[in-house]
Amino acid sequence: MRPRLALTVWLGVAFALLSLGALSARAEAPRTSLSEISSEVMCPVCGTLLELAESPQALREKAFVSRLVAEGRSKDQIKDALVAEYGTEVLALPQGSGFDLSAYLVPIVAFVIAVIALTIGVLRWRRAGGPPGGDGGGASADGPSAEESERLDADLARYDL
Amino acid sequence: MLAVVGLLTFGLLGKGSSRVAVGEAAPASPLPRLEGGGDGSLSDYRGRWVLVNFWASWCGPCREEAPALEKFQRDHGGPRFTVVGIDTRDLSGDARAFVRRFGLSYPQLRDGDGASAHDFGTTGVPENYLIDPRGKVRLVVVGPVDPEYLDGAVAPLLPGAGQS
Repeated sequence: MRPRLALTVWLGVAFALLSLGALSARAEAPRTSLSEISSEVMCPVCGTLLELAESPQALREKAFVSRLVAEGRSKDQIKDALVAEYGTEVLALPQGSGFDLSAYLVPIVAFVIAVIALTIGVLRWRRAGGPPGGDGGGASADGPSAEESERLDADLARYDL
Repeated sequence: MLAVVGLLTFGLLGKGSSRVAVGEAAPASPLPRLEGGGDGSLSDYRGRWVLVNFWASWCGPCREEAPALEKFQRDHGGPRFTVVGIDTRDLSGDARAFVRRFGLSYPQLRDGDGASAHDFGTTGVPENYLIDPRGKVRLVVVGPVDPEYLDGAVAPLLPGAGQS
C-alpha cells in the first residue's frame, strides 16, 4: 500500500507542476495583436476603423497599441488605455451600458415583437378558416360549387368540336 | 418608424457643431491639465486676455507655430494676458514630449476626446481663438499663426498696446 500511495502522491505533484507550467506558458504568450485591436477601435480624427486609417494621428495610435501589445497587455487593458486617452468614442463597438445598450436591445426587442405579431396573425388566420375570400366566388379546397360545375360544363360543350 | 426617425434626427443633431463666432462667449468646460494633475478651465483666466491654441503633437503645422506662440508668451504673458494650449485628440505622452521639445511655458489643458474642440466648432488643428477678459471671442484663426500675425493682429488688442 505504501509504494502505491507514494506513487499516487508523486503523480499528483507532477500533474500539478505540469499544470502550473502550462498556465505560466499561457500567461507569457501574446494575448492580442495590433490587427485584432485595430479592427475594434476607431481613429478618432478620421472617424474610421483604425485598421483602415493612415493619418498621422492613426499612426501614433497604432504605435501606442503596438507598444502595449509588446508589453503583454490584454485586449481589455489596451482598450481601457485607449479610452483613457481618447474617451469612449475610440471604441468601434457600442458599450453594454447607457444609451449604447440600445444598440443591442432594440434589435432583440424588435425581433420579439415581430415574432409575437406573426404568431397572433397566424392564429387569427387559422381561426378564420383559411385565406380570406374562401367563401366567395373563388375556388375552394372542396372543389367547384354546383353552379360553377354547371357553368364549366356549358363552356366545355360550347367549345366541343 | 417614428423611433427610427427620432434616432436619426438625434444622431444628426448630436454630430453637428458650428464654429464659435466673434462676439460669442467662449466655451469654458473644465479640462484636465496636461501636466501636474487636476482640472483647469478657460474661466480660470477670466479678467485676462487669452489666446487659446488648439494643437496636437501629430500635427505638422502645430510644430511650425509652437516657437512663435512661446515667443509671444514670453513677450506678452503676465497678469493681463496668457496663451493657453489645448491638446486635442492626442496621446498624453506624445503631448508632454511635444511641450518639453519646444520648451512651452504657457498652461496646457488636455482634450483627449475632442469635446472642447467640438464645443468651439473646430475643424482641425491648429486653430487659435483670442478671448477677451469678459470671456468673449475676439479673433478666430483657422490654421497656424506666425510672428507677423501675432504682432500685427493680436498684440495691438492687448492692454498696454501702443505704449512703449
